[in-house]
Amino acid sequence: MTIEARNLGFRYGDKPVLREVSFALTSGRFHALLGPNGAGKSTLFGLLTRLLALQQGDILLAGQSLKKQPAEAMRRIGVVFQQNALDLDLTVRQNLQYHAALHGLSRKEARKRGDRELARFELLDRANDAVRQLNGGHRRRVEIARALLHEPSLLLLDEPTVGLDVASRKALNEHVRTLCEQDGLTVLWATHLIEEVRESDRVLILHQGQLLADGTGSAICEAEGTQTLADTFHALTGAG
Amino acid sequence: MKAAHYWHCFVGIQTREWLRFWQQRTRFASALVRPLLWLVVFAAGFRAVLGISIIPPYQTYITYETYIAPGLCGMIILFNSMQGALSMVYDRELGSMRVLLMSPLPRPFLLVTKLLAMGVVSIGQVYVFLLLALLVDVEPPLWGYLAVLPALVLTSLMLGALGLLIATWIKQLENFAGVMNFVIFPMFFMSSALYPLWKMNEASPWLYWVCQFNPFTYAVEAIRFSLYLEWNPVAYGITAGVTVVLALLATAGFRPQRTKILGTKPA
Repeated sequence: MTIEARNLGFRYGDKPVLREVSFALTSGRFHALLGPNGAGKSTLFGLLTRLLALQQGDILLAGQSLKKQPAEAMRRIGVVFQQNALDLDLTVRQNLQYHAALHGLSRKEARKRGDRELARFELLDRANDAVRQLNGGHRRRVEIARALLHEPSLLLLDEPTVGLDVASRKALNEHVRTLCEQDGLTVLWATHLIEEVRESDRVLILHQGQLLADGTGSAICEAEGTQTLADTFHALTGAG
Repeated sequence: MKAAHYWHCFVGIQTREWLRFWQQRTRFASALVRPLLWLVVFAAGFRAVLGISIIPPYQTYITYETYIAPGLCGMIILFNSMQGALSMVYDRELGSMRVLLMSPLPRPFLLVTKLLAMGVVSIGQVYVFLLLALLVDVEPPLWGYLAVLPALVLTSLMLGALGLLIATWIKQLENFAGVMNFVIFPMFFMSSALYPLWKMNEASPWLYWVCQFNPFTYAVEAIRFSLYLEWNPVAYGITAGVTVVLALLATAGFRPQRTKILGTKPA
Protein backbone atom coordinates (compact mmCIF):
# COMPACT_ATOMS: atom_id res chain seq x y z
CA MET A 1 0.00 0.00 0.00
CA THR A 2 1.33 3.43 -0.85
CA ILE A 3 1.35 6.17 1.73
CA GLU A 4 1.88 9.73 0.79
CA ALA A 5 2.12 12.83 2.93
CA ARG A 6 1.59 16.03 1.03
CA ASN A 7 2.78 19.34 2.30
CA LEU A 8 1.90 18.71 5.94
CA GLY A 9 1.93 21.67 8.24
CA PHE A 10 0.92 21.83 11.89
CA ARG A 11 1.08 24.46 14.59
CA TYR A 12 0.20 24.52 18.27
CA GLY A 13 -1.13 28.03 18.68
CA ASP A 14 1.48 30.26 17.08
CA LYS A 15 4.23 27.69 17.31
CA PRO A 16 4.85 25.77 14.08
CA VAL A 17 5.72 22.12 14.79
CA LEU A 18 5.70 20.75 11.24
CA ARG A 19 6.47 22.74 8.13
CA GLU A 20 5.75 21.57 4.61
CA VAL A 21 6.56 17.94 5.24
CA SER A 22 6.09 15.77 2.14
CA PHE A 23 7.16 12.17 1.61
CA ALA A 24 5.97 8.89 0.16
CA LEU A 25 6.54 5.51 1.81
CA THR A 26 7.35 2.48 -0.31
CA SER A 27 5.12 -0.52 0.09
CA GLY A 28 6.67 -3.41 2.05
CA ARG A 29 9.72 -1.52 3.29
CA PHE A 30 11.19 -0.53 6.61
CA HIS A 31 11.32 3.25 6.98
CA ALA A 32 13.13 4.97 9.79
CA LEU A 33 11.87 8.35 10.90
CA LEU A 34 14.88 9.79 12.64
CA GLY A 35 14.85 12.99 14.62
CA PRO A 36 16.04 14.39 17.92
CA ASN A 37 13.53 14.90 20.72
CA GLY A 38 11.14 17.69 19.83
CA ALA A 39 11.67 17.29 16.09
CA GLY A 40 7.94 16.81 15.45
CA LYS A 41 7.87 13.00 15.19
CA SER A 42 5.02 12.54 17.62
CA THR A 43 3.03 15.30 15.95
CA LEU A 44 3.53 13.58 12.61
CA PHE A 45 2.32 10.34 14.19
CA GLY A 46 -0.63 12.19 15.65
CA LEU A 47 -1.61 13.29 12.15
CA LEU A 48 -1.08 9.84 10.62
CA THR A 49 -3.27 8.25 13.31
CA ARG A 50 -5.96 10.95 13.24
CA LEU A 51 -5.42 11.85 16.86
CA LEU A 52 -4.57 15.28 15.50
CA ALA A 53 -6.75 16.87 12.87
CA LEU A 54 -4.97 17.90 9.69
CA GLN A 55 -4.44 21.66 9.54
CA GLN A 56 -2.56 21.90 6.28
CA GLY A 57 -1.82 19.36 3.55
CA ASP A 58 -3.19 15.83 3.26
CA ILE A 59 -2.25 12.21 3.83
CA LEU A 60 -3.14 9.65 1.20
CA LEU A 61 -3.34 5.93 1.90
CA ALA A 62 -3.55 3.86 -1.27
CA GLY A 63 -4.65 7.05 -3.00
CA GLN A 64 -7.46 7.73 -0.51
CA SER A 65 -7.45 10.92 1.49
CA LEU A 66 -7.37 10.59 5.26
CA LYS A 67 -9.66 13.59 5.38
CA LYS A 68 -12.30 12.02 3.17
CA GLN A 69 -12.07 8.34 4.07
CA PRO A 70 -10.94 8.20 7.69
CA ALA A 71 -12.57 4.84 8.50
CA GLU A 72 -11.01 3.11 5.52
CA ALA A 73 -7.61 4.52 6.46
CA MET A 74 -7.84 3.43 10.08
CA ARG A 75 -8.65 -0.10 8.99
CA ARG A 76 -5.32 -0.26 7.20
CA ILE A 77 -3.13 1.20 9.92
CA GLY A 78 -1.68 -0.55 12.95
CA VAL A 79 -0.18 1.66 15.65
CA VAL A 80 2.25 1.14 18.50
CA PHE A 81 2.33 4.20 20.72
CA GLN A 82 5.30 5.58 22.57
CA GLN A 83 3.57 5.21 25.92
CA ASN A 84 2.16 1.93 27.11
CA ALA A 85 -1.41 1.49 25.90
CA LEU A 86 -2.11 -1.89 27.50
CA ASP A 87 -4.37 -2.53 30.49
CA LEU A 88 -1.82 -3.82 32.97
CA ASP A 89 -4.39 -5.60 35.13
CA LEU A 90 -6.04 -7.45 32.27
CA THR A 91 -4.53 -10.53 30.66
CA VAL A 92 -2.67 -10.47 27.38
CA ARG A 93 -5.60 -12.15 25.66
CA GLN A 94 -8.17 -9.76 27.14
CA ASN A 95 -6.13 -6.84 25.83
CA LEU A 96 -6.04 -8.33 22.37
CA GLN A 97 -9.75 -9.04 22.42
CA TYR A 98 -10.57 -5.45 23.34
CA HIS A 99 -8.60 -4.19 20.35
CA ALA A 100 -10.14 -6.79 18.02
CA ALA A 101 -13.64 -5.81 19.15
CA LEU A 102 -12.89 -2.17 18.41
CA HIS A 103 -12.14 -3.23 14.88
CA GLY A 104 -15.44 -5.07 14.67
CA LEU A 105 -14.09 -8.62 14.95
CA SER A 106 -16.18 -11.29 16.65
CA ARG A 107 -14.85 -12.95 19.81
CA LYS A 108 -14.20 -16.17 17.93
CA GLU A 109 -12.27 -14.45 15.18
CA ALA A 110 -10.43 -12.34 17.74
CA ARG A 111 -9.34 -15.43 19.63
CA LYS A 112 -8.16 -17.14 16.46
CA ARG A 113 -6.15 -14.18 15.23
CA GLY A 114 -4.86 -13.34 18.68
CA ASP A 115 -3.52 -16.82 19.26
CA ARG A 116 -1.94 -16.81 15.82
CA GLU A 117 -0.12 -13.54 16.50
CA LEU A 118 0.89 -14.58 20.00
CA ALA A 119 2.33 -17.83 18.66
CA ARG A 120 4.31 -15.88 16.11
CA PHE A 121 5.64 -13.61 18.84
CA GLU A 122 6.40 -16.62 21.07
CA LEU A 123 4.01 -15.39 23.73
CA LEU A 124 1.18 -17.88 23.46
CA ASP A 125 2.09 -19.45 26.81
CA ARG A 126 1.65 -16.02 28.44
CA ALA A 127 -1.82 -15.41 26.96
CA ASN A 128 -3.58 -15.76 30.31
CA ASP A 129 -1.07 -13.80 32.35
CA ALA A 130 -1.82 -10.25 33.41
CA VAL A 131 0.23 -7.80 31.37
CA ARG A 132 1.67 -6.48 34.63
CA GLN A 133 3.61 -9.75 35.01
CA LEU A 134 5.40 -9.30 31.66
CA ASN A 135 8.73 -7.55 31.26
CA GLY A 136 9.08 -4.40 29.16
CA GLY A 137 10.24 -6.19 26.02
CA HIS A 138 7.36 -8.66 26.14
CA ARG A 139 4.82 -5.91 26.71
CA ARG A 140 6.05 -4.16 23.60
CA ARG A 141 5.74 -7.39 21.65
CA VAL A 142 2.15 -7.72 22.85
CA GLU A 143 1.49 -4.20 21.60
CA ILE A 144 2.89 -5.06 18.18
CA ALA A 145 0.89 -8.30 18.06
CA ARG A 146 -2.18 -6.28 18.95
CA ALA A 147 -1.48 -3.69 16.25
CA LEU A 148 -1.40 -6.50 13.68
CA LEU A 149 -4.67 -8.18 14.71
CA HIS A 150 -6.78 -6.40 12.14
CA GLU A 151 -4.19 -7.16 9.45
CA PRO A 152 -3.12 -3.65 8.54
CA SER A 153 -0.80 -2.88 5.64
CA LEU A 154 1.00 -0.07 7.44
CA LEU A 155 2.55 -0.40 10.87
CA LEU A 156 3.42 2.83 12.68
CA LEU A 157 5.73 2.64 15.68
CA ASP A 158 6.43 5.78 17.70
CA GLU A 159 9.72 5.27 19.53
CA PRO A 160 8.73 1.74 20.50
CA THR A 161 11.98 0.96 22.29
CA VAL A 162 11.76 3.76 24.87
CA GLY A 163 12.53 2.35 28.29
CA LEU A 164 13.91 -0.98 27.06
CA ASP A 165 17.41 -2.30 27.71
CA VAL A 166 19.88 -2.61 24.84
CA ALA A 167 19.28 -6.32 24.20
CA SER A 168 15.46 -5.97 24.15
CA ARG A 169 15.74 -2.95 21.90
CA LYS A 170 17.80 -4.82 19.39
CA ALA A 171 15.52 -7.87 19.50
CA LEU A 172 12.41 -5.77 18.95
CA ASN A 173 13.96 -3.94 16.04
CA GLU A 174 15.02 -7.24 14.42
CA HIS A 175 11.58 -8.62 14.97
CA VAL A 176 9.81 -5.81 13.18
CA ARG A 177 12.25 -6.05 10.29
CA THR A 178 11.41 -9.73 9.95
CA LEU A 179 7.68 -8.88 9.83
CA CYS A 180 8.41 -6.39 7.13
CA GLU A 181 10.23 -9.00 5.03
CA GLN A 182 7.83 -11.86 5.68
CA ASP A 183 4.48 -10.10 5.40
CA GLY A 184 5.28 -7.27 3.04
CA LEU A 185 4.23 -4.88 5.79
CA THR A 186 5.11 -1.21 5.32
CA VAL A 187 6.78 0.03 8.49
CA LEU A 188 7.42 3.54 9.77
CA TRP A 189 9.66 3.35 12.82
CA ALA A 190 10.24 6.63 14.64
CA THR A 191 13.33 6.90 16.79
CA HIS A 192 16.02 9.25 18.01
CA LEU A 193 18.48 6.38 18.35
CA ILE A 194 20.77 6.12 15.37
CA GLU A 195 21.77 2.53 16.20
CA GLU A 196 18.27 1.36 15.35
CA VAL A 197 18.69 2.47 11.75
CA ARG A 198 20.63 0.70 8.99
CA GLU A 199 22.20 2.22 5.95
CA SER A 200 20.02 0.10 3.71
CA ASP A 201 16.82 1.53 5.30
CA ARG A 202 14.82 4.33 3.84
CA VAL A 203 15.60 7.13 6.24
CA LEU A 204 13.61 10.29 6.83
CA ILE A 205 15.37 12.85 8.98
CA LEU A 206 13.09 15.31 10.72
CA HIS A 207 14.45 18.31 12.55
CA GLN A 208 12.59 21.30 13.95
CA GLY A 209 9.52 20.35 11.98
CA GLN A 210 11.24 20.09 8.63
CA LEU A 211 12.20 17.06 6.61
CA LEU A 212 15.93 17.48 6.03
CA ALA A 213 16.67 14.21 4.26
CA ASP A 214 14.71 11.45 2.57
CA GLY A 215 16.39 8.47 0.91
CA THR A 216 18.28 5.29 1.71
CA GLY A 217 20.81 5.70 4.48
CA SER A 218 23.74 5.27 2.13
CA ALA A 219 22.36 7.76 -0.40
CA ILE A 220 21.90 10.36 2.33
CA CYS A 221 25.47 9.81 3.52
CA GLU A 222 26.74 10.22 0.01
CA ALA A 223 24.80 13.41 -0.53
CA GLU A 224 26.15 14.87 2.69
CA GLY A 225 29.66 13.62 2.03
CA THR A 226 29.80 11.78 5.35
CA GLN A 227 30.97 8.29 6.25
CA THR A 228 28.28 7.08 8.60
CA LEU A 229 24.62 7.78 9.31
CA ALA A 230 25.60 9.06 12.72
CA ASP A 231 27.83 11.66 11.10
CA THR A 232 25.06 12.65 8.70
CA PHE A 233 22.55 12.95 11.50
CA HIS A 234 24.99 15.05 13.47
CA ALA A 235 25.82 17.26 10.49
CA LEU A 236 22.14 17.87 9.70
CA THR A 237 20.73 18.32 13.16
CA GLY A 238 23.66 19.11 15.38
CA ALA A 239 22.50 16.20 17.55
CA GLY A 240 23.58 12.59 18.07
CA MET B 1 -18.97 -1.05 8.33
CA LYS B 2 -21.80 -3.42 9.05
CA ALA B 3 -24.13 -3.59 12.03
CA ALA B 4 -22.22 -6.66 13.27
CA HIS B 5 -19.03 -4.60 13.54
CA TYR B 6 -20.81 -2.04 15.69
CA TRP B 7 -22.23 -4.78 17.85
CA HIS B 8 -18.88 -6.51 18.42
CA CYS B 9 -17.36 -3.14 19.24
CA PHE B 10 -20.16 -2.29 21.68
CA VAL B 11 -19.84 -5.65 23.44
CA GLY B 12 -16.04 -5.36 23.50
CA ILE B 13 -16.12 -1.97 25.22
CA GLN B 14 -18.71 -3.15 27.75
CA THR B 15 -16.74 -6.31 28.47
CA ARG B 16 -13.55 -4.41 29.08
CA GLU B 17 -15.30 -2.08 31.52
CA TRP B 18 -16.62 -5.03 33.54
CA LEU B 19 -13.24 -6.76 33.52
CA ARG B 20 -11.67 -3.61 34.92
CA PHE B 21 -14.48 -3.29 37.43
CA TRP B 22 -13.78 -6.81 38.62
CA GLN B 23 -10.04 -6.12 38.84
CA GLN B 24 -10.68 -3.04 40.92
CA ARG B 25 -13.69 -4.24 42.88
CA THR B 26 -12.30 -3.02 46.19
CA ARG B 27 -12.07 0.53 44.80
CA PHE B 28 -15.67 0.32 43.67
CA ALA B 29 -16.78 -1.07 47.02
CA SER B 30 -15.09 1.81 48.81
CA ALA B 31 -16.91 4.23 46.50
CA LEU B 32 -20.12 2.99 48.13
CA VAL B 33 -19.00 4.23 51.52
CA ARG B 34 -19.81 7.86 50.62
CA PRO B 35 -23.52 7.45 49.78
CA LEU B 36 -23.95 5.03 52.67
CA LEU B 37 -22.57 7.59 55.10
CA TRP B 38 -25.10 10.09 53.79
CA LEU B 39 -27.89 7.58 54.07
CA VAL B 40 -27.11 6.17 57.48
CA VAL B 41 -25.38 8.98 59.36
CA PHE B 42 -26.38 12.25 57.73
CA ALA B 43 -29.98 11.20 57.30
CA ALA B 44 -30.26 9.99 60.89
CA GLY B 45 -29.03 13.33 62.20
CA PHE B 46 -31.12 15.33 59.79
CA ARG B 47 -34.34 13.44 60.17
CA ALA B 48 -35.29 15.43 63.23
CA VAL B 49 -34.54 18.76 61.56
CA LEU B 50 -36.41 18.20 58.38
CA GLY B 51 -39.88 16.73 58.42
CA ILE B 52 -41.04 15.57 55.02
CA SER B 53 -44.72 15.95 54.33
CA ILE B 54 -46.63 14.03 51.73
CA ILE B 55 -45.44 15.02 48.27
CA PRO B 56 -45.62 13.06 45.04
CA PRO B 57 -44.62 10.36 44.27
CA TYR B 58 -44.96 9.31 47.91
CA GLN B 59 -48.44 8.44 49.15
CA THR B 60 -47.74 8.63 52.83
CA TYR B 61 -45.40 10.31 55.25
CA ILE B 62 -41.88 9.10 54.60
CA THR B 63 -38.63 9.01 56.48
CA TYR B 64 -35.81 11.29 55.46
CA GLU B 65 -33.82 8.19 54.43
CA THR B 66 -36.53 7.32 51.95
CA TYR B 67 -36.50 10.85 50.59
CA ILE B 68 -32.77 11.10 49.95
CA ALA B 69 -32.17 7.55 48.64
CA PRO B 70 -32.99 8.50 44.99
CA GLY B 71 -30.78 11.59 45.31
CA LEU B 72 -27.94 9.43 46.57
CA CYS B 73 -28.42 7.10 43.57
CA GLY B 74 -27.90 10.23 41.47
CA MET B 75 -24.87 11.15 43.55
CA ILE B 76 -23.21 7.77 42.91
CA ILE B 77 -23.62 8.31 39.19
CA LEU B 78 -22.50 11.95 39.44
CA PHE B 79 -19.22 11.09 41.19
CA ASN B 80 -18.49 8.10 38.95
CA SER B 81 -19.25 9.95 35.74
CA MET B 82 -17.03 12.89 36.58
CA GLN B 83 -14.21 10.69 37.77
CA GLY B 84 -14.58 8.44 34.73
CA ALA B 85 -14.61 11.32 32.26
CA LEU B 86 -11.51 12.85 33.82
CA SER B 87 -9.66 9.55 33.72
CA MET B 88 -10.57 9.20 30.03
CA VAL B 89 -8.69 12.32 29.06
CA TYR B 90 -6.12 12.81 31.81
CA ASP B 91 -4.95 9.67 33.57
CA ARG B 92 -5.86 6.05 34.13
CA GLU B 93 -7.77 5.49 30.92
CA LEU B 94 -5.38 7.21 28.54
CA GLY B 95 -3.93 4.00 27.14
CA SER B 96 -7.34 2.50 26.50
CA MET B 97 -8.51 5.76 24.93
CA ARG B 98 -5.59 5.70 22.49
CA VAL B 99 -6.59 2.20 21.47
CA LEU B 100 -10.25 3.20 21.35
CA LEU B 101 -9.61 6.08 18.98
CA MET B 102 -7.69 3.84 16.56
CA SER B 103 -10.95 2.07 15.78
CA PRO B 104 -12.30 2.71 12.29
CA LEU B 105 -15.83 3.16 13.70
CA PRO B 106 -17.15 6.72 14.03
CA ARG B 107 -15.84 8.60 17.04
CA PRO B 108 -19.23 9.72 18.39
CA PHE B 109 -20.30 6.06 18.48
CA LEU B 110 -17.10 5.05 20.29
CA LEU B 111 -17.37 7.84 22.86
CA VAL B 112 -21.06 7.29 23.61
CA THR B 113 -20.46 3.54 23.92
CA LYS B 114 -17.59 4.19 26.30
CA LEU B 115 -19.73 6.55 28.42
CA LEU B 116 -22.54 4.00 28.48
CA ALA B 117 -20.13 1.25 29.52
CA MET B 118 -18.88 3.36 32.40
CA GLY B 119 -22.49 4.17 33.22
CA VAL B 120 -23.45 0.52 33.42
CA VAL B 121 -20.80 -0.05 36.06
CA SER B 122 -22.15 2.93 38.05
CA ILE B 123 -25.65 1.52 37.75
CA GLY B 124 -24.38 -1.77 39.19
CA GLN B 125 -23.23 0.25 42.19
CA VAL B 126 -26.59 1.99 42.45
CA TYR B 127 -28.34 -1.37 42.72
CA VAL B 128 -25.95 -2.57 45.43
CA PHE B 129 -26.64 0.71 47.25
CA LEU B 130 -30.41 0.22 46.94
CA LEU B 131 -30.09 -3.29 48.34
CA LEU B 132 -28.14 -1.98 51.33
CA ALA B 133 -30.72 0.81 51.74
CA LEU B 134 -33.29 -1.88 52.57
CA LEU B 135 -31.49 -2.17 55.90
CA VAL B 136 -32.62 1.34 56.83
CA ASP B 137 -36.14 0.62 55.61
CA VAL B 138 -35.97 2.30 52.24
CA GLU B 139 -38.35 -0.07 50.53
CA PRO B 140 -39.57 0.97 47.10
CA PRO B 141 -42.02 -1.38 45.34
CA LEU B 142 -40.36 -4.41 43.77
CA TRP B 143 -41.12 -3.36 40.20
CA GLY B 144 -39.62 0.02 40.94
CA TYR B 145 -36.16 -1.53 40.77
CA LEU B 146 -36.80 -2.36 37.14
CA ALA B 147 -38.74 0.79 36.28
CA VAL B 148 -35.88 2.97 37.50
CA LEU B 149 -33.38 1.44 35.07
CA PRO B 150 -34.07 3.74 32.07
CA ALA B 151 -33.77 6.80 34.32
CA LEU B 152 -30.45 5.53 35.64
CA VAL B 153 -29.13 4.91 32.12
CA LEU B 154 -30.18 8.40 30.99
CA THR B 155 -28.66 10.01 34.06
CA SER B 156 -25.36 8.22 33.61
CA LEU B 157 -25.16 9.18 29.96
CA MET B 158 -26.11 12.78 30.71
CA LEU B 159 -23.52 13.17 33.46
CA GLY B 160 -20.86 11.22 31.53
CA ALA B 161 -21.30 13.54 28.55
CA LEU B 162 -21.16 16.56 30.86
CA GLY B 163 -17.97 15.22 32.42
CA LEU B 164 -16.38 14.63 29.03
CA LEU B 165 -17.35 18.10 27.88
CA ILE B 166 -15.87 19.70 30.99
CA ALA B 167 -12.73 17.56 30.93
CA THR B 168 -12.07 18.38 27.28
CA TRP B 169 -12.75 22.09 27.37
CA ILE B 170 -12.06 23.45 30.83
CA LYS B 171 -8.38 23.00 31.51
CA GLN B 172 -8.61 24.57 34.95
CA LEU B 173 -10.70 21.60 36.05
CA GLU B 174 -8.29 18.85 35.14
CA ASN B 175 -8.06 17.52 38.68
CA PHE B 176 -10.78 15.90 40.68
CA ALA B 177 -10.71 18.42 43.52
CA GLY B 178 -11.57 21.21 41.10
CA VAL B 179 -14.44 19.26 39.59
CA MET B 180 -15.70 18.35 43.04
CA ASN B 181 -15.85 21.98 44.19
CA PHE B 182 -17.10 23.58 41.02
CA VAL B 183 -19.30 20.88 39.48
CA ILE B 184 -20.21 17.98 41.73
CA PHE B 185 -21.07 19.81 44.96
CA PRO B 186 -22.97 22.70 43.34
CA MET B 187 -24.96 20.28 41.20
CA PHE B 188 -25.71 18.05 44.13
CA PHE B 189 -26.63 20.72 46.67
CA MET B 190 -28.58 22.87 44.23
CA SER B 191 -30.91 20.04 43.35
CA SER B 192 -33.80 18.18 44.89
CA ALA B 193 -31.49 15.37 46.04
CA LEU B 194 -31.39 16.35 49.71
CA TYR B 195 -34.51 18.51 50.15
CA PRO B 196 -37.73 19.06 48.24
CA LEU B 197 -37.54 22.24 46.21
CA TRP B 198 -40.52 23.85 47.95
CA LYS B 199 -38.40 23.89 51.09
CA MET B 200 -35.71 25.68 49.13
CA ASN B 201 -38.29 28.16 47.88
CA GLU B 202 -39.26 29.02 51.45
CA ALA B 203 -35.64 29.65 52.35
CA SER B 204 -34.39 31.41 49.27
CA PRO B 205 -36.39 32.12 46.13
CA TRP B 206 -33.31 32.80 43.98
CA LEU B 207 -31.69 29.51 45.01
CA TYR B 208 -34.95 27.82 44.17
CA TRP B 209 -34.72 29.41 40.75
CA VAL B 210 -31.17 28.11 40.28
CA CYS B 211 -32.26 24.60 41.31
CA GLN B 212 -34.96 24.74 38.67
CA PHE B 213 -32.29 25.20 36.02
CA ASN B 214 -30.11 22.38 37.28
CA PRO B 215 -30.54 19.31 35.06
CA PHE B 216 -29.44 17.10 37.95
CA THR B 217 -32.70 18.04 39.72
CA TYR B 218 -34.69 16.49 36.88
CA ALA B 219 -32.47 13.41 36.76
CA VAL B 220 -33.05 12.87 40.48
CA GLU B 221 -36.80 13.38 40.09
CA ALA B 222 -36.90 10.95 37.15
CA ILE B 223 -35.15 8.39 39.35
CA ARG B 224 -37.41 9.14 42.33
CA PHE B 225 -40.67 8.90 40.42
CA SER B 226 -39.82 5.78 38.45
CA LEU B 227 -38.49 4.04 41.56
CA TYR B 228 -41.99 4.50 43.01
CA LEU B 229 -43.69 3.53 39.76
CA GLU B 230 -44.96 7.01 38.99
CA TRP B 231 -44.56 8.66 35.61
CA ASN B 232 -43.01 12.12 35.56
CA PRO B 233 -42.92 13.26 31.92
CA VAL B 234 -41.40 16.65 32.73
CA ALA B 235 -38.44 15.20 34.62
CA TYR B 236 -37.93 12.49 32.03
CA GLY B 237 -38.31 14.85 29.09
CA ILE B 238 -35.85 17.41 30.42
CA THR B 239 -33.33 14.71 31.41
CA ALA B 240 -33.57 13.11 27.97
CA GLY B 241 -33.34 16.45 26.15
CA VAL B 242 -30.31 17.58 28.14
CA THR B 243 -28.70 14.16 27.59
CA VAL B 244 -29.05 14.43 23.83
CA VAL B 245 -27.69 17.99 23.73
CA LEU B 246 -24.74 17.22 26.02
CA ALA B 247 -23.89 13.98 24.17
CA LEU B 248 -23.90 15.84 20.85
CA LEU B 249 -21.75 18.66 22.21
CA ALA B 250 -19.32 16.33 23.99
CA THR B 251 -18.76 14.02 21.02
CA ALA B 252 -18.76 16.66 18.29
CA GLY B 253 -16.45 18.88 20.33
CA PHE B 254 -14.07 16.09 21.32
CA ARG B 255 -10.48 16.87 20.30
CA PRO B 256 -7.71 14.50 21.35
CA GLN B 257 -5.22 17.37 21.21
CA ARG B 258 -7.06 19.07 24.05
CA THR B 259 -6.36 16.05 26.26
CA LYS B 260 -3.35 14.02 27.25
CA ILE B 261 -4.30 11.22 24.90
CA LEU B 262 -1.52 12.13 22.49
CA GLY B 263 0.96 11.71 25.28
CA THR B 264 1.97 15.35 25.13
CA LYS B 265 0.78 18.30 27.15
CA PRO B 266 -2.56 19.59 25.95
CA ALA B 267 -2.14 22.55 23.65
